[in-house]
Amino acid sequence: MSDAATRRDLRGRLGDSIARPDGVPKVQGRFAFAGDLSADGFLWGATLRSPHPYARIVRIDVSGAWKIDGVEAVITAADVPGKPTYGLISDDQPVFAADVVRFVGEPVAAVAANHPDTCRRALAAIVVEYELLEPLIDPERAIDGSHAPIHPEGNVVRHQRIVRGDQTIEGPIVVEGTYELSMQDQAFLGLEAALALPDSGGDGIELFVATQWLHEDRKQIAACLGLRDDKVRLTLGGVGGAFGAREDISLQVHTCLLAMRTGRPVRMVYSRAESFLGHVHRHPCRIWMRHHADHEGRIRRIEARFVFDGGAYASTSSAVLINGVTHAQGPYKCENATVDGWAVRTNNLPCGAMRGFGVVQACFAHEGQMDKLAAAVDSDPVAIRLLNAIETGDRLITGQVVESVAPVARCIRETAALPLPDQPVGGHDGDPLRLPGGSGLTADAGHVRRGIGWGVAIKNLMYSETFDDYSTARVRLADGVASVKIATSEVGQGFVTIAGQIARSVLGVDDVVLEPIDTTVGSAGSTSASRQTWMSGGAVDGACRLVRERLFEIVGEANGIDPLRLAVDGADVIDTDGTLRVSVAEASSGVVIEETFEHHHRPTEGLDELGQGNCHTAFAFVAHRAVVDVDVELGLVKVVQIATAQDVGRALNPLSVVGQIEGGIAQGMGLAVMEELISVDGHVRNASFTDYLLPTFLDMPDVVISLIEEPEPMAPLGAKGVGEPPTISSTPAIVAAIRDALGRDLCRVPVRPSDICL
Amino acid sequence: MTEPAGTGMGTNEIYTLYVNGELCEIRDAWVGESLLFALRERLGLIGSKGACEEGECGSCSVLVDGQLVCSCLVLAASAVGQVIVTIEGVAPAGTPNDLQQAFVDAGAVQCGFCTPGLIMAAQALLDRSPEPAELEIREELSGNICRCTGYGRIIDAVQRVAVARRGAS
Repeated sequence: MSDAATRRDLRGRLGDSIARPDGVPKVQGRFAFAGDLSADGFLWGATLRSPHPYARIVRIDVSGAWKIDGVEAVITAADVPGKPTYGLISDDQPVFAADVVRFVGEPVAAVAANHPDTCRRALAAIVVEYELLEPLIDPERAIDGSHAPIHPEGNVVRHQRIVRGDQTIEGPIVVEGTYELSMQDQAFLGLEAALALPDSGGDGIELFVATQWLHEDRKQIAACLGLRDDKVRLTLGGVGGAFGAREDISLQVHTCLLAMRTGRPVRMVYSRAESFLGHVHRHPCRIWMRHHADHEGRIRRIEARFVFDGGAYASTSSAVLINGVTHAQGPYKCENATVDGWAVRTNNLPCGAMRGFGVVQACFAHEGQMDKLAAAVDSDPVAIRLLNAIETGDRLITGQVVESVAPVARCIRETAALPLPDQPVGGHDGDPLRLPGGSGLTADAGHVRRGIGWGVAIKNLMYSETFDDYSTARVRLADGVASVKIATSEVGQGFVTIAGQIARSVLGVDDVVLEPIDTTVGSAGSTSASRQTWMSGGAVDGACRLVRERLFEIVGEANGIDPLRLAVDGADVIDTDGTLRVSVAEASSGVVIEETFEHHHRPTEGLDELGQGNCHTAFAFVAHRAVVDVDVELGLVKVVQIATAQDVGRALNPLSVVGQIEGGIAQGMGLAVMEELISVDGHVRNASFTDYLLPTFLDMPDVVISLIEEPEPMAPLGAKGVGEPPTISSTPAIVAAIRDALGRDLCRVPVRPSDICL
Repeated sequence: MTEPAGTGMGTNEIYTLYVNGELCEIRDAWVGESLLFALRERLGLIGSKGACEEGECGSCSVLVDGQLVCSCLVLAASAVGQVIVTIEGVAPAGTPNDLQQAFVDAGAVQCGFCTPGLIMAAQALLDRSPEPAELEIREELSGNICRCTGYGRIIDAVQRVAVARRGAS
């Protein structure tokens, strides 16, 4: 027993900027990523991919591969024992193409061998005879029906309209534009990797894999292997970033099949070139928008048409489409809308989830429109956005009322209050490294113009349209140590840190052990949609609270006190109406308390034919202001500064939130001025880090941040997801700044030098 | 794992690399293997990472005779007789050095895949230039790509170490 004077505060509770628990192993190179895992007697796996965007497979002859010493397995579609296809929403994608290939990079066969180079030679020895077909490249041809279906499920993945309010409203102010976004790659650094260990009896498998959602992977893998779910056990291999690209199956089924076929452990690791082809990407999108407003600039009606190019297979295209069309208005009041959206199938690379998930596309368009509207009514970018800013209680174009905290105006005002960069054009020290083009040292300071631009966004959090993406946590307290068991994919975002902070705050323990992340506990849902802090945070919090109730019962009984009078204070259990103070360590000595909790968000509805329904769970908001220097002669852009105020609800770990904001802005900047996976007639032209340009230290601007903390009543910990918003409106802010510097329109990202100087 | 048999390119030659102060014998390897592959797959030193395999991302950075190199671009067999230092050789397991600890404390680590390479590059920078200006840090580390952090916390970590070392000296 101790007295009140000895109350001990714990470090690492909610709100503290503590360091990651996996930080030291990571900085020392001793953290095992999925690609680092090995096993005695393992084989390497590798995949043969289609060189054609659309072709019929006439014949596959694998005999050449078998003649190479060291080859232990060669498999094709004929060797898939279970369901031949898989997919997140629609199971339309073959494990291996059987009769038709539909994109460059589609898996056709796989081999297992004793060395990566043996694999390479084995793949080269497989003969596939193709009959080339006319590829469907232009998404409009998927809509107008002028190309025959390239898949039994047809060329339209989903069509959705939103029709709300008075359709006859016109003007008096009308602004219109067509906006295009190209294909962005997630470009996580840790390449796709897995290690599969077959059970000795051959009737089950264990897979260590870098993924965003273990249980969904397991479901899809088991179906393709023809096994019961419980015969497929998944453990999270260390994940080197994800950003959406690991939400779909890539090498999982292939690795398992090779391991089961050979009865030996199989490792598979993609190359970078293969990775660009082997996972889904951000959808290229073309958006037309027309805004009708009054003379002050208040939006009266929006019209829009979205075309998302989903590529060869459905992946999450239908959900991306819904995110796009339902966010068409942006964070602005709008009572009348006419929106038409398509997600279509083509013979381009399959597209699916990437940070921002359809809202990146919508935001680029609606923010371009807001600037046009400001110009049309002689307003300015800040005033026009404040005039139209959405508030809690406003109704969206789906009819859904925004019940979330919605500090849109505050985000804009606090961003505007952040200091502009003090350096003049080209930098105060005259260092040419600060000029556009950086170390290329090509820009002439005399040709450099500065511009300032704005972007503001609304983003849905969690899954939508009736999906119950719950999360599960099991928490055990014994002898003052809390153990947390979750299946939540840690991809770098830092939920492992937050989980410990929650357990310390609720249970008053110092020591929190995070058990292996695997499928021996219930699903956590996906690490996507800015949802894990809310969902898995809610699950860990709920399980910890159940454990705490039982601890109070034990302490209450031992001391003859009503458990309802007990509370955790620092590291102690105290009697709120008396003098008892006992440390949690002492109170839990010799007992084991274990509880499991599932957190479910509130139910959502589907959309009807007119796009009406409460389809989203909650929303977050953000504002970005970009400052750029542009060499107008060379077409080079230097992003000088991004200022941002973000609605985070409550910052559970401010350092971690800052990391998400800065990292998200880097990806938004990449899409604005650098990143484009270029395809010509379905053939990818730049599948390497030499040719696909990613932001470096020299490209990244200063970021100044204001966290808007208005706790969200619907969120279990008051915290909103923070991962996606930074990526969404940073892109249009930068493009607006370039427009400002140039004094002319730009309607496509990434903005290329030729768009500026030609 | 043995050499890829029947390639006509393999060799049973034995060579020895000097890695983190130890002589490491490599047997039965194909001579076409990169230093990165040899470190990871032959010697089990998984700290050096492969992310682009063409010298663009810096994840595989190691020191060879004091020079910061991308180990994916170095032929392992060509590094015989040279002093190789990998991330595992920077500090003993469980006792990070000041730079490594600063990365952890400053929030410079998210997924951590780029981190070992960045530690090698930042250490080389600080050895060469103990008090680098911000622009110098950006320039010197621009061969290392990080996809998670947006670089801000990494710059902060390097600056923290420079300040602390100056205070200590």
